Amino acid sequence: MDAEPLTQLDPSYTTVMRIEGLLTTLPFIIGAGVLSFAEVVPAWAPGIPVLILAILLIGVLPMKRYRSRGYHMAADRLRVVKGVMFHADTVVPFSRVQHLDVEQGPLERAFGIARLILHTAGTHNASVTLPGLPFDDAKAMREDIRQHVKRESL
Amino acid sequence: MNDQLSAESEAETGEIELGEWRRVSPLTIAAQGVRMLGSAIIPAGVVLFGAASQREMLGQVSAYAVPILLLIIAANIVPAWLGWYRLRYRIGTSDVRLEQGIISRSARSVPYERIQDVSLEQKLIARLLGLVEVKFETGAGGKEELKLSLVTEAEGERLRETVRALVEGADEGAAAAKPDAAGEAETRTALQPEGRLLFAMGTGRLLTFGLFSFSLVIFAVILGAVQQLEFLLPFDVWDYAERYIQDEGYFEAGKYIGGMDMAARIIGILYLVLTVVVVGMLSGIAKTFVRDWEFRLDRTAKGFRRRRGLLTKTDVVMPVHRVQALVVSTGIIRRRFGWHGLSFISLAQDSGKANHEVAPFAKMYEIAPIAREAGFELPDGAEEWRRPSPNYYFDRTLIAALFVTVIGILVFTAAGTSAGQLEPGMFVIAGAVVAIIVLIVVRGYFLWRYDRHALDPAQVLSRRGWLAPQVKIANRVKLHSVEISQGPLAKWRGYCRLHFGMAGGRFSFDGLALEDARKLRAAVLGSIASVDYAQLPR
Repeated sequence: MDAEPLTQLDPSYTTVMRIEGLLTTLPFIIGAGVLSFAEVVPAWAPGIPVLILAILLIGVLPMKRYRSRGYHMAADRLRVVKGVMFHADTVVPFSRVQHLDVEQGPLERAFGIARLILHTAGTHNASVTLPGLPFDDAKAMREDIRQHVKRESL
Repeated sequence: MNDQLSAESEAETGEIELGEWRRVSPLTIAAQGVRMLGSAIIPAGVVLFGAASQREMLGQVSAYAVPILLLIIAANIVPAWLGWYRLRYRIGTSDVRLEQGIISRSARSVPYERIQDVSLEQKLIARLLGLVEVKFETGAGGKEELKLSLVTEAEGERLRETVRALVEGADEGAAAAKPDAAGEAETRTALQPEGRLLFAMGTGRLLTFGLFSFSLVIFAVILGAVQQLEFLLPFDVWDYAERYIQDEGYFEAGKYIGGMDMAARIIGILYLVLTVVVVGMLSGIAKTFVRDWEFRLDRTAKGFRRRRGLLTKTDVVMPVHRVQALVVSTGIIRRRFGWHGLSFISLAQDSGKANHEVAPFAKMYEIAPIAREAGFELPDGAEEWRRPSPNYYFDRTLIAALFVTVIGILVFTAAGTSAGQLEPGMFVIAGAVVAIIVLIVVRGYFLWRYDRHALDPAQVLSRRGWLAPQVKIANRVKLHSVEISQGPLAKWRGYCRLHFGMAGGRFSFDGLALEDARKLRAAVLGSIASVDYAQLPR
């Protein structure tokens, strides 16, 4: 949105989102299969909504999400941009960070990426999450921000 | 009994020794028993009454009535006693500890660095027994704070003084390294410990406040009570209403009204309106008197101290540096008479509400000194006020109007198909729809004209609202993050919402033009980033 160029996330974040999409659609696929076997409705009918869901969650959305996301790390603040339909652009000054987390789920670990979470004392935006960072980058960023917090507190 | 140890040491020394385990006042058992009995006695009475009203049961019930009542009393007193017996607290050198629980025990420790404030609260029963509830507020948002209920009034006062002194010590220890803490400590000690009066409300002011707090809640309460307790009434309300309609009671009532002349009808309607208005005002006055009786705001060495309440008396102290933002609110009518209310947004909670009311009903010249005392400047006209995007109000008005139109058309066609022809009632529906749409449009236009925001060197200001307009003033350096968000419609129409992360409250601007939002964000971020949070006076 602003002039400064946004850093893209790790491309394997898209893959992780695709797998998550697949996991979400799995119950629907099973449900549709059961419906087809039960012969309550024509066998092809439950397939259509599931197919649409699968195309959206596995094919289209991960790519769009990946493209819409990005971050910019300046000397004293982190800017996180996200949202395909509902756009959000959040800036957290390092001087307001209370504590920091780097989190990894099993899928994220398999692809070597991590989430960086910044906690502030505000009621709104109490924690700002930046997903899809390469694990080493996330750790480096955490150290960077932590140094900053420490230095300014002294 | 075992309670002697704590009760005696309390009576003898009158001092709070550090690191000593203590119990709350044994009178707590009585207070809790009375409160629980109060809630148990009504159902018990109802059951007994219901049983006794059937004649043949009377003999059987009267024999059991006394044992049942005794059982209820015992069932209330025993847990209350156990609860009291199993609760103990300790004012330690570095934290306050509380252990409680009859079977499963919980132990909570709150370090002094985290205690925002100690407040006292007296509910009716506690007040009669001379007890207070002591709350150690941590800013964790209501539920997780540490509460001591109940201790004697003198003990509460001592606890507060002791813990405050310890908290102060902990704060100063932590702030010793900071250069700006020394200046603050000086101003703190310079103030007299007794404090000076900032604002108080006498009976006359309360009466005026009550008149403006017109409320029709009482009717809802009566309706709710009827629904809850209708089995106690000698007749069935809903049956009565049903019969009234079935027997065409309204027809007779209509005939009765039809028989009157115009003057009598007008007087009748006026009488009805007047009754509603008078009842609404009386309930408003009653509510105000109960809540704000002897309202008094002092500036003490520790901060703002507020005392108020007729039945539930509260005594709250808000440290000055914990005030995050100011809210100056008013009503569409009271504004014409120059009445406004001032409240603080702070980390601690005020009986469930995030805002602390510090001057609920005052003139601007009374509010200004309080605001200055809290370190804020009220807008003086020098700011550059800006308006949100007109597109936002246009879109919202259009959507609301469309929604009402669709509902109206649905109702109209439903009524039309069931009636089969045009009836006068249907014109009422059409008229109502048009009236609501006109209201929505007027509201949208008014809001667009009225809503604004401004930025001055140290503060962000926002003015919003229609029926209850309010001005919010936040300190720029006390904000924590900035977010600009847009939905699909907002993206298409070029406006957005600007959200500031603020401790203890909400601070957001709807429908700003994108350019404006970015400018605001850049300016505020500039001032936030230049001051470290840890260096703010806590």
